Amino acid sequence: MHELSLSSAIIATAEKHAAGRRVALVTLRVGALRQVVPETLEFYFGFVARGTACEGARLEQEVVDARLRCTPCGTEWDIEVPAFRCPTCGGADVAVASGNEFEVESIEIEEAACIAPR
Amino acid sequence: MHRTKVTVVEEALDANNTIASANRLDFDRAAVKVINFMGAPGAGKTTLLERVVTSLPGLAVGVLEGDVQGSMDADRLASLHVPVTQINTAAGFGGECHLDANMVRSAIPSLPLEDIDLLVVENVGNLVCPAEFRIGEDARVMVSAVTEGEDKPLKYPLMFRACELVLVNKIDLLPHLDFDLERLLYNIDQVHPDVERIVVSGRTGEGIDAWRDWLLRIAAREPVAA
Repeated sequence: MHELSLSSAIIATAEKHAAGRRVALVTLRVGALRQVVPETLEFYFGFVARGTACEGARLEQEVVDARLRCTPCGTEWDIEVPAFRCPTCGGADVAVASGNEFEVESIEIEEAACIAPR
Repeated sequence: MHRTKVTVVEEALDANNTIASANRLDFDRAAVKVINFMGAPGAGKTTLLERVVTSLPGLAVGVLEGDVQGSMDADRLASLHVPVTQINTAAGFGGECHLDANMVRSAIPSLPLEDIDLLVVENVGNLVCPAEFRIGEDARVMVSAVTEGEDKPLKYPLMFRACELVLVNKIDLLPHLDFDLERLLYNIDQVHPDVERIVVSGRTGEGIDAWRDWLLRIAAREPVAA
């Protein structure tokens, strides 16, 4: 259900960079740890985009796998279930190497073709 | 028409975090510590507040109540003569399921920051969305009731990882439930190793002293800029 608010955040970010121009495509990187349901995000995005620069824009989502790193022993591993203890040393000082992303990577904007005077 | 690609690479929640930092500055200036208090609907958040808000020695507490609708929780706390401010998220788009930094920002002018030392923000009952949105808090606390099942940390890791204290509530009900407390504590440890946890009962008062001590410890903490 957070997909609704997340959609608004994506659109606000895209609009800021579009500077008044129409957005045709938004590319988003979403970490697996964000608990985002892609289909739900897409649905809300289309809905919230109405009346904004993103109206009708496509949302492309790239899922980033969750990967952890044990700070003391340096072990890195992918996680599929949420287990945040190091499998090598059993330590709890574990950092998320990837999987927390929720970033707008790029946007494509539509511009009228430039008609330069000859 | 032609298309131009613009590289952005920006956290979509940066805008929220910027407002959260501004809130934090305001709270720090007023020397008010802020707890973001979260948990599922019915986990016992309001009861666990009722248990402590008037019995923290030397600490004046205020509460900011976030609810989709209504003021039942706020009324319960106000009857204890604690200053309570209500935010109803239903005024927003479709009734938000969480508080964000901007909603808290808009409530700041109506908070008695000069008169309190600790502000507890009772978030909307929900185990997903509130974990995503910082509001300018010093610490995040969640309530997980034993009636919710041992698997909840594995299902809602974002929330369990976001908190620095987990209150395991309703332990007075354990004799009546097929609930494995050790299993829950193990699962919490899987998702957020070494996170502080206090086993409590809002009904009998068991563990409430430890919860009170934890709040006193947070209130005494040096401010760290968000």
